[in-house]
Amino acid sequence: MRLPFPLFPPSASSVATEVDLLYLFIAAVSAFFVVLVAALVVIFAIKFRRRHPDDVGADIHGSLALELTWTFIPFVLAMVMFFWGADLFFRLARPPVDSMEIYAVGKQWMWKVQHPEGVREINELHVPIGRNVRLTMGSEDVIHDFFIPAFRVKMDVVPGKLTTLWFKAEVPGTYHLFCAEYCGTNHSGMIGSVIAMQPQDYEAWLAGGTGGPAVPPAQAGEKLFTGPNFGCATCHKDDGKGPGPSLLGVYGSTVELTDGRRVQADDNYIRESIMVSTAKVVKGYQPIMPPFQGLVSEEQLMQLIAYVKTLKAAGVAAGQ
Amino acid sequence: MSNVGTAPDSYLGAPYGLAAWLLTKDHKRIAILYLISITIFFGVGAMFAAGIRLELLTPKGDLWTSDTYNKLFTLHGVIMIFFFLVPSIPAVLGNFLLPIMIGAKDLAFPRINLISWYIYVVGAVITLTAVITGGLDTGWTFYTPYSSVSSQTAVTTAALGVFVTGFSSILTGLNFIVTTHRMRAPGMTWFRLPLFVWAMYATSLQMILGTPVIAITVLLVAAERFLGLGFFDPARGGDPVLFQHLFWFYSHPAVYIMVLPGMGVISELVSAISRKQVFGYSFVAFSSLAIAIIGFLVWGHHLFVSSQSVYAGLVFSILTMLVAVPSAVKTFNWTATMYKGAVTWESSTYWVIGFLGLFTIGGLTGLFLAAMGMDIHLSDTYFVIAHFHYIMVGGSLMAYLGGLHFWWPKMTGRMFNDNLAKVSAILVFVGFNLTFFPQFILGYMGMPRRYHAYPDEFQVLNVLSTAGAGVLGLGYLLPAFYLTYSLFKGAKAPANPWGAKGLEWTVPSPPTTFNFDEDPIVTEPAYNYNPSREVHVG
Amino acid sequence: MDQQLEASTLGMWVFLVTEIMFFGGMFMAYILYRILYPEAWVLGSHHLNVSLGALNTGVLICSSLTMALAVRSAQVSSRKGQIVNLALTIVLGSTFLVVKYFEYKEKFEHHLVPGRHFDMSLPQAAQQQLFFSIYFMLTGIHAAHMIVGIVLMFVILVMSIRNRFSAAYYTPVEISGLYWHFVDIVWIFLFPLLYLLGAHLGAHGG
Repeated sequence: MRLPFPLFPPSASSVATEVDLLYLFIAAVSAFFVVLVAALVVIFAIKFRRRHPDDVGADIHGSLALELTWTFIPFVLAMVMFFWGADLFFRLARPPVDSMEIYAVGKQWMWKVQHPEGVREINELHVPIGRNVRLTMGSEDVIHDFFIPAFRVKMDVVPGKLTTLWFKAEVPGTYHLFCAEYCGTNHSGMIGSVIAMQPQDYEAWLAGGTGGPAVPPAQAGEKLFTGPNFGCATCHKDDGKGPGPSLLGVYGSTVELTDGRRVQADDNYIRESIMVSTAKVVKGYQPIMPPFQGLVSEEQLMQLIAYVKTLKAAGVAAGQ
Repeated sequence: MSNVGTAPDSYLGAPYGLAAWLLTKDHKRIAILYLISITIFFGVGAMFAAGIRLELLTPKGDLWTSDTYNKLFTLHGVIMIFFFLVPSIPAVLGNFLLPIMIGAKDLAFPRINLISWYIYVVGAVITLTAVITGGLDTGWTFYTPYSSVSSQTAVTTAALGVFVTGFSSILTGLNFIVTTHRMRAPGMTWFRLPLFVWAMYATSLQMILGTPVIAITVLLVAAERFLGLGFFDPARGGDPVLFQHLFWFYSHPAVYIMVLPGMGVISELVSAISRKQVFGYSFVAFSSLAIAIIGFLVWGHHLFVSSQSVYAGLVFSILTMLVAVPSAVKTFNWTATMYKGAVTWESSTYWVIGFLGLFTIGGLTGLFLAAMGMDIHLSDTYFVIAHFHYIMVGGSLMAYLGGLHFWWPKMTGRMFNDNLAKVSAILVFVGFNLTFFPQFILGYMGMPRRYHAYPDEFQVLNVLSTAGAGVLGLGYLLPAFYLTYSLFKGAKAPANPWGAKGLEWTVPSPPTTFNFDEDPIVTEPAYNYNPSREVHVG
Repeated sequence: MDQQLEASTLGMWVFLVTEIMFFGGMFMAYILYRILYPEAWVLGSHHLNVSLGALNTGVLICSSLTMALAVRSAQVSSRKGQIVNLALTIVLGSTFLVVKYFEYKEKFEHHLVPGRHFDMSLPQAAQQQLFFSIYFMLTGIHAAHMIVGIVLMFVILVMSIRNRFSAAYYTPVEISGLYWHFVDIVWIFLFPLLYLLGAHLGAHGG
């Protein structure tokens, strides 16, 4: 028999089958218990039906052995589901280091995407198959959520911070992209497609260009960094002798702050240091940098971060 | 109402008149006031639901504009949760039954009880004002910064309405707790309490601990929106995820505020239809408390994909898995209660079986969402919608209707048409499954919630769902007719029409104003259908 | 009467538990943002007037004493003691509000009230604004509780004047007293959290 509707979305990423497997496991356990309870209830209701208006039930008050059994078995099953689910979650939450990085910005009501080579697209995301892709996402207004059912991945896009999501597409095709966190009037219109392509097709698509020369985000970031608008480079000199610390090799390192705390310099740290510049001040420096909140757009911010990531420590023990 | 319960000393008897009812301090009359008000709100909420289901018949958003649709689902949620489900069983059945079940003349604070109802009404009026003056389109979850910065609707007014109504729950919970502690009849020890009272007690704990947090949270949203204070708006340094923590700290326990009373009702009904002691009384009683307590520690499972730390997620996931255990214990105990019982086939049995089926599905599907890796895919999809409707409508509402039927003769002194009640229960069960089971599949397919328009391939299941909603609506409408009819033409109810145990069945139907002519003295455990044992158990 | 006293007292305790949860939500916000923005919190608390805050703390502690004495007077059926102590409690509570008014006024004049008029030239202005949002919310809701308490005290005072309480019946005095002490205790938490914590870290000035 063929159902008039499918039961599963397309399964097009490296984790899709694993998620489906867990789904089927929990579904099987659930079905077993639903059938068990339903069957028992119906059988008891029929078998022990009241035959005379004055009938009363048997004088049974309980059974410790049974109580322990039906406490223990659900507990064990729940723990199996917990560990299985947690294991899957950890793999989904940690992008592999070799991922290619794509930037996405959500705003009411569209998705803006920029590839590492600089190509931009709106409400579409082209990705090569067989390659780990990490999305770094920010929001310009309210909370959105980047959801690709065929890849079984989803992550909130929260204003004021950067969130990430990763996947490895495996089957070429066009899949739904949904905003899954309610974001206002046109929430259900904030949809698009994810197009998974053979790597060579992806290269061709990148080269095909959609108007204007594509500037990679890191290059655009460098321009912003050195340019006159923000003037970052006037203070953040590479030799660390400016009023601000040098940023060489800062990304991924551990930074010591004025109050003695040590923090990991990740995307969100860099973001905060630009937007809310005095929230975390590096030890040995004064909190003199103006906050850029409201001046730097989410996209410019991502470009700046992309640039900072390219600044490798050049042998010099630059000022943290 | 006036020709119901003609017995001269019945609580429905003199004094008649609107003023006598609106100024009453009798817990039974206040229960009737609540019954009328929440029924009205159920009707309003159901109309919003009908609007949603009609829109979703077609993939294109062609019936309403998207703004209207967003208001429909928001108001459906706000009204059904804050103005129907939360007060339903506690304020109607709990108010009516709790004092009688423990052998008291009234609640500890009758005046506060009446004030609770007025607060509910004031909150409801404020919320309805919001509906009229621009509506509300934030979703019932009020997520910031959408609610505090972006939405163009009457968020401040609606938040105020929810804030005010919260105090109604707090005062009801406070009243129940003090009543259970202080007003029990001589001999009514804690372990002789009907399980409904245990469930009410656990619910009340959650009401007094959780409701103030939602009150302050919506107040902060209103202050951010109206006074320009910054709490959650990232542009003002705030953290929108903090809102979600505060919100769910209340709103997850609120799920248990809605379902624990239903569990209490089912414990009573299962025992009554089987004429048998509830299997594992103390396990059922303590599982209510366990749910109430663990229920406070699981809120973060709503935030698996909202950028909370993965380690916090781990803790919330394992605690959520744990909370499934006491629910399973209850389900098995109810089932075992029927074993070797003397099971009747009156309408109550249909509601109980319906509840057990739907609640089991609702509870088990919670496991999918508690397993973190699975939740990534399912969160914010129709799977979630289906899951919580199975719990809150399949569970709570089914139990509420079952309880309302079971105690209807006691409350009104009239018998209703039991066959029509069976038809209603079957319609609700079938209609419910047809409405919400397809939504599990839709959810796994990836259809996000709160979508006004959707891709074509989801249509078949949505049409099924809407058709089911029609059947479900009929099932809900039917009792409105035969129950109302029974008020006027129903046969007079005897004191104990179902042959059940419990103090409420020892007093006339309807009870007198002070419930008991003489203060009862309790000498036997609850559900003592085999009196020969009482000596051993006392 | 005994059972009624017990029931009412238990009721008030249960109510105070909900009050703790109510303030708890705001304390959660305070703690979280304090961890996120420790510097802004220090800067913000520098703008608060510690001496006025300390004065108010003293005023409230005295009012708790007079409240306790009023309950004691009711227990020993001293009408005069009740009236004097309740009146003193009202005076002290009102003093607190007057001082609070001057503090608020000062904030308003210094453009420290969040919103359009907030002084954005301050260092970490956005985060300091967050501090002041929480400051005004916490102290504002506390002040609202004080107002409710004072109204309550007036009612009890009138009842005392009409000689309604004695050793046999003093439930309303007792439970109003519980409420009053609770509101005082909330301030005892607010004062160090808002005014004092971080005040010793004066390095960055304010």
